[in-house]
Amino acid sequence: MIMTFAEKILAKYAGEKKVEPGQIVTVKPDHLLMHDNAAPIISKIKPELQQYGVFKRSLPVIVLDHVIPAAGEKNALQHKQIREFVRTYKIKYFFDVGYGVCHQIIVEKGLALPGTLLLGSDSHTCSYGAVGAFSSGIDRTEAAALLLIGETWLKVPESIKITLKGQLHRWVTAKDVILSIIGDVSASGADYCSVEFHGAIARFSVDERFTMANMGVEMGAKNAVFPVDNVTMQYLTSIGVSKLKYKPLNPDVDAIYEKELTYSLSEIEPVVAVPHSVDKIKPVREVTGVEIQQCLLGTCTNGRVSDFEIAAKILKGKKVHRNVRLLILPSSRSVYLESLKKGLISIFLEAGGTILPPGCGPCLGAHQGVLAPGERCLSTSNRNFKGRMGCSEAEIYLASPATVALSAINGKITDPRKVKR
Amino acid sequence: MTVWKYGDNINTDMLFPGKYTYTCNTAEEIKPHLLEDLDPSFAKNVKEGDVIFAGKNFGCGSSREQPVLGLRAVGIIAVVAESFARIFYRSSINQGLLLIECPEAVRSYKVGDQVWLNIVKGTISVGSSTFSFPRLPNEILAIRDAGGLLPYTRQKLQQRKI
Repeated sequence: MIMTFAEKILAKYAGEKKVEPGQIVTVKPDHLLMHDNAAPIISKIKPELQQYGVFKRSLPVIVLDHVIPAAGEKNALQHKQIREFVRTYKIKYFFDVGYGVCHQIIVEKGLALPGTLLLGSDSHTCSYGAVGAFSSGIDRTEAAALLLIGETWLKVPESIKITLKGQLHRWVTAKDVILSIIGDVSASGADYCSVEFHGAIARFSVDERFTMANMGVEMGAKNAVFPVDNVTMQYLTSIGVSKLKYKPLNPDVDAIYEKELTYSLSEIEPVVAVPHSVDKIKPVREVTGVEIQQCLLGTCTNGRVSDFEIAAKILKGKKVHRNVRLLILPSSRSVYLESLKKGLISIFLEAGGTILPPGCGPCLGAHQGVLAPGERCLSTSNRNFKGRMGCSEAEIYLASPATVALSAINGKITDPRKVKR
Repeated sequence: MTVWKYGDNINTDMLFPGKYTYTCNTAEEIKPHLLEDLDPSFAKNVKEGDVIFAGKNFGCGSSREQPVLGLRAVGIIAVVAESFARIFYRSSINQGLLLIECPEAVRSYKVGDQVWLNIVKGTISVGSSTFSFPRLPNEILAIRDAGGLLPYTRQKLQQRKI
């Protein structure tokens, strides 16, 4: 049977030999992700939980990350309700305030493995394709239903094959690659589809694959995945996951795709997504000089050690421009700790940066770096929608850690290739 | 019936700003902020029985469900769009908000056109033209017929118990 990744994994979870795009299957995911929204989710099904309990205590993974530490009494109360739920139902996987962003935690703790299926009540659940898992976002109501019955329906998606060729130039990163692809296919170009990355993927670390899979939803994708290779396996070994614990599922070479796209990496240059849509992509050189008041370096898209290493190379011994607030947002406590040991945090602090606790921070506009009207933020996060950082009269530009770091020094958007060697 | 017409890529932040995601959860809390950053007149003037027409990729972005809950609570009968983002689409099935994917109907709509929906037949009339839209698969109709995903889940739990 010749199948794409999505067809293979959905066939496996549906107990079928073969499935086809458009077919509806019933699946039992390995894990269900929830974050601060676990509070409204469990409040929907209180009587049912009391009567039937949770389907399986190892199904949910709850990570408090969205508004942490609690910004107000309402958030604090929700966190408290979640902790009580975790205790009452003996939920196996709970990560309280400070562990990090849910998506990073899921991967870092080895909860997403090659050939597994995860659903989560967060749109960036698609990130786990970085390690060869099938993962997709759902709403709160569906998360509530899954907590009770452990299964749901999925439509087998059409698949898009993206082949990457060649090599990236210096200071051009995985973020520039994914932004360029989204600019090309548009914010709706992969609606309902499974996106597979092929070709020169061995050049991309799991961190970089994470950045790219994370943004799959920004082109409408149901999931985005990298086939499992030595890079994946070495990463998993490094976090203590034995090869015996997973069985990779890779697409067949001659699988049939709805669309096939090829990108030459050497032709990709540093880019930004300009307000207010992720598919409005421009080369950095075309917006050079645009003044910025805030820089956000981090998040689940670009808040890992390798991202910080790139930024630290640029920021070492330099000062952030006096008109700019540079916010550093590690994607997890272990990223924070490793960055600390490597001296990266000192570089950021000496440059004038502010380190935020590992979580979602200002990315969704609830706290810790909300913008004022007329302000502009250059961010390594994944969304630049109007109002996203809490103010509808502010602007958000998205870019790579390299572009953000150099721009923070200059106080205006700057091409990272201008770094003085 | 008022038709509210919007463009492509209407995202969840436009439908319901993220800054309220963890403080507004009930219909009453959500309603005043619906479409706040897209069309401030919407929340004030929307009435039971109104329809939204929109372009491609309606509901893209976050998985927050306040947009769906809110649109349903204010009485929007259906959102007719050229296409929908998938999480929003699923969420609408779960909450019982009717979505109609019909690019032809959207493209043919002009301000002032009368709109008629026939859910049973699966047709939508815009001005003098009538378009059909595909029937939902049985698995999904079962959720809708139960009154949404939670009632459907309760039915399943009761069956399992027996």
